Amino acid sequence: MNQTDLFLRFKNLSPNIDDYLNENGYSGLRTALTLTSAQIIEKIEKARLLGRGGAGFPTAIKWKASTGKTPSYIVCNADEGEPGTFKDRFIMTHSPHMMIEGMVIAAYAVKATKGYIYIRGEYPEIASNLENSLLEAEQRGYLGKNITKDFSFSIEIIKGGGSYVVGDETALLNSLMGNRGIPWNKPPFPAEKGLWEQPTYINNVETLACVSLILQYGSDWFRSIGTPESPGPKLYCISGKVQSPGVYEAPMGSTVRDLISLAGGVIGTLKAIQIGGTAGPIYPSEALDFHLDFKSMSSKGGILGSGAIVVMNTDTSMAEVLEVEMRFFAEESCGKCFPCRYGTRQLSFMANNIVLGKGKRDFLELMEETADIMKGSSFCPFGKSVEMPVKSVLNNFSGELHALIRQNDYIREVQI
Amino acid sequence: MITLTIDKTTIQVAKGTSVLDAAKQAGVDIPTLCRHEDLTPLGTCGMCMVDIDGFKDLQRACITEAVEGMQVQTNTPQLRKLRRGLLELVLATHPDDCLQCIKHGSCELQKLADRFEIRTLRYDKYTRGLPLDRTAAGIVRDMNKCIGCGRCVSVCHEVQSVKAIDFMGRGSDTIISPGYGVSMGSSVCVNCGQCIVYCPTGALYEKEMIDEVWEALDDPKKVVVAQVAPAVRVALGEEFGMAPGSLVIGKIYSALRSLGIDYIFDTNFSADLTILEEGTELLERLSSGGTLPLITSCSPGWIKFGETYYPELLDHVSTCKSPQQMLGTIIKTYFAKTHTIDPENIVSLSIMPCTAKKFEAARPEMNDSGYQDVDYVLTTRELARMIRQAGLQFKSIQEENPDPVLSQYTGAATIFGASGGVMEAAIRSAYELKTQKTLGSLDFTDLRGIEGIKKASVDIEGTEVRVAVSNGLSNARKLLNIVAEAKERGEMPFHFIEIMACRGGCIGGGGQPLENTLAKRAQRIEGLYAEDKNLPIRKSHENAEVLGLYKEFLQKPGSEISHHLLHTHYTAR
Amino acid sequence: MAVTNEAISFSPVLHDFIAEWKEKPGNLIMILHKVQEEFGFIPRAAADKVAEMIDVPLAKIYGVITFYHFFKLEKPGTHNIQVCLGTACYMKGGSNLIDELQNLLGIAVNEATADGKFSIEGVRCVGCCGLAPVLVIGDEVFGKVTKDQLPGIIAGLSD
Repeated sequence: MNQTDLFLRFKNLSPNIDDYLNENGYSGLRTALTLTSAQIIEKIEKARLLGRGGAGFPTAIKWKASTGKTPSYIVCNADEGEPGTFKDRFIMTHSPHMMIEGMVIAAYAVKATKGYIYIRGEYPEIASNLENSLLEAEQRGYLGKNITKDFSFSIEIIKGGGSYVVGDETALLNSLMGNRGIPWNKPPFPAEKGLWEQPTYINNVETLACVSLILQYGSDWFRSIGTPESPGPKLYCISGKVQSPGVYEAPMGSTVRDLISLAGGVIGTLKAIQIGGTAGPIYPSEALDFHLDFKSMSSKGGILGSGAIVVMNTDTSMAEVLEVEMRFFAEESCGKCFPCRYGTRQLSFMANNIVLGKGKRDFLELMEETADIMKGSSFCPFGKSVEMPVKSVLNNFSGELHALIRQNDYIREVQI
Repeated sequence: MITLTIDKTTIQVAKGTSVLDAAKQAGVDIPTLCRHEDLTPLGTCGMCMVDIDGFKDLQRACITEAVEGMQVQTNTPQLRKLRRGLLELVLATHPDDCLQCIKHGSCELQKLADRFEIRTLRYDKYTRGLPLDRTAAGIVRDMNKCIGCGRCVSVCHEVQSVKAIDFMGRGSDTIISPGYGVSMGSSVCVNCGQCIVYCPTGALYEKEMIDEVWEALDDPKKVVVAQVAPAVRVALGEEFGMAPGSLVIGKIYSALRSLGIDYIFDTNFSADLTILEEGTELLERLSSGGTLPLITSCSPGWIKFGETYYPELLDHVSTCKSPQQMLGTIIKTYFAKTHTIDPENIVSLSIMPCTAKKFEAARPEMNDSGYQDVDYVLTTRELARMIRQAGLQFKSIQEENPDPVLSQYTGAATIFGASGGVMEAAIRSAYELKTQKTLGSLDFTDLRGIEGIKKASVDIEGTEVRVAVSNGLSNARKLLNIVAEAKERGEMPFHFIEIMACRGGCIGGGGQPLENTLAKRAQRIEGLYAEDKNLPIRKSHENAEVLGLYKEFLQKPGSEISHHLLHTHYTAR
Repeated sequence: MAVTNEAISFSPVLHDFIAEWKEKPGNLIMILHKVQEEFGFIPRAAADKVAEMIDVPLAKIYGVITFYHFFKLEKPGTHNIQVCLGTACYMKGGSNLIDELQNLLGIAVNEATADGKFSIEGVRCVGCCGLAPVLVIGDEVFGKVTKDQLPGIIAGLSD
């Protein structure tokens, strides 16, 4: 088994169930059905599977909260909204059954009776292909009524409406219940009270695909890939100024340099790299040597996030990047809490003015302070995370911003 | 009990207490713009962040439960900076017309801005330039001043279950509204005004009619007649520094006279009248197999709610007009006739604890006198403004009496202002009128208090009469669902139901003095029951002026003329 | 209950869909998707009708419609040209594409041409960063688009 080909091997196969079965597909589920819940969770725990959605929370701990209360739900978070992230799209396009198998295993482990795939409204063709995949799985007896004598599990696909915050699990649950996608305060955690007050377990597409791999090939095998703390394979999304942007697979802990060379190298001269998505810091070129796993990235004050890597070269204006990102945050804030609702607006406003040459001297300090307020008092991780991109640009590329502001201030003085 | 430390104070609080409430008990007022003691914590504003030992991030005191041994810091340099920063962010989006704002001086945002000494704004100002929504009869919305705390949405959904408004849009464009392009006036809003009660800023307020009233007072051709609702007399004093529940009716009569009102009557008079009409309707329905349960009709917020959400139960609602409308009709008919005043020249004014009364007075069918029965409705707050404008020293003003014939009242009438009061008043009279016996005790304590749903049963000469009382429209919804479900099974859980739209009854109405908390509502309720206890007559059917009105004009309860003038009908919406 | 401004009729398919989803908890968003599929946007009268059919407050329906980017309150053009404004597309010139489209079609973002044929919309990351910059028109994704290709793409849509 090629350890850097676990997802990519499906690229040239059809998404049909037969192609998946030929690749050892659903053998993980067959194994799982011979085990108890506890044994499955133990396997996941031993494999040290960390959630691939962004937060890197141990999957086994989520599942262990199961009390057996019914009904309970498995939700597959397929609302891939992080800019620069398109790995779940890859899995759902090329190996949807890998995700479905993981979902059924998860359901069996936590004794869930019903599953939901919450998929971005912007992926309509994937949603309709998934319907087909669910039908296939049901026809082969891997899904639906009586998967075993006393285990039935069905999956429904729910289309999202387009909201980044819905990537947060409680916001996603609100959206699934037909509400505005705003987060709620934890506790209660979804595993205690989630959908309609019932226990709910939420896992990302890639996480569930990894669950299939662990049950197919074993925990030890999984741990043999990647780093001891963050084991397993990982899909990375590389975009921006590289020769061949796309989804690449590499073991957890690979360096940024490795990934960029997989993508054919930088176009022009490297200037900056954003890792982990829009909410991740923007680093100067020294980030090339960073190891891409949860632990290493957090030790650098950053995040692995969804595994998105956006490469910027010397043609890229950092003020403009900041403006684009702040506008994104202002548009995507759910608007529930004051710091995020008002903070993103002011940050976007200031960044825009800097780009337009209307920046004022105290803007940089005020932006930093605003980011601090948001980090200190935002209700959910979305608002808190704005601090990383803002401060990293202010710290790493302050010269460039200062120059734009100085130019403006100089012009003003001359006019006076 | 749980022991925790807030700053330097160690205190014990009950399990389940939030850090914010624990701090209050420790004498620390943690600032907040969204938390209100009566409502579910919302956690939107972020002003109440505190630093708790062992937590990586700062926590919201309002939604964090106090646990044993917790060490909480509420006033660190970081927190002070954070709170000032947040206030600056909010103020950057808020209009600067504080001096013209109806909430000037009582605005929670203004108070916090002052408390944290926000003297300059470093952010660029942006306001949204949204038009005022004056389409609702009782409520004006200025969404430029909305800070989006969500209290109004919370009260409209959870407490009232009207669900007229919700959050729209998102991010910094988030706005609270009845819907895209839907005006408040064309929405399901019932004008209860509870959103006004809980709004921290000047975004929501009553539709004022003060100017129109001054104009009428200044017009020598006009005869201005006023009536005062039960709940006003135990609340208006708060506007002048008196304790909630202080009975100030004598001062109100005096102030109204000083303002130039020609005739001063009392809605309590027509509350007694209502009991005779409604009590008769109840006894009739009981004896003739009419539609039961009978449901009271005094609360206009409830009436619109019923017309909107329970059209199938409308034949249960008493056909009696509310006391305001009964007196309005009598003023422009009986009073006009006996005083030989052309009703055309009468301006009928009512002082109400309620914003929905403005809607009720404007209902097209409320013109049985041949004119709009009640011309202007002023809330308790608006009357206070007029008193201040006239320079009257309310607290020290001499008490006076109202004008005779339409102002005498009993204890049964005054408790109309409290949830359960109409029911208690009705039972006092229905019992005695039916049995011709005197009640031993007049106090039906099971029906009193702020609890959302109250039930009791009364034995009237061997007939068990089951009654229920609700306050707050979400409780009405619960009660009505019970009735509707029982009806489908052919059962009748109650004979008589009292519904008041607002929590605690009229004393908690949307027009009452601000800081209209449940705790203050309880004090006002006490004020009303104290007055009831002290009044010489406590039963509506012993009100001599009411009996006189029947003798001279209305003949008897439920007569044809009563039906024409004092009863109404409802329309499904 | 709701005030209906104008009569609107739903196709039998939409009716059946709502009937099927009516009893399912959390049905609102799926129903709104279907309504938008039928009308291209969500007209006021349709929102009123949905409110009545599934007994959900109109304010809540609008709260949901306006929360999610996907739902539209105005009718877009027959061909709604979505330009991705995610970070990767931005870096590869996504905003230039918007400018050029506005020039070519003579309309602003979120506007439709007078004949109702075209509209332009800036959208968040569509998950095709490898193809940046990206346009999405209907179900079709156009990748690595340059300004020069735009007239050709528009001409291809006209028939």
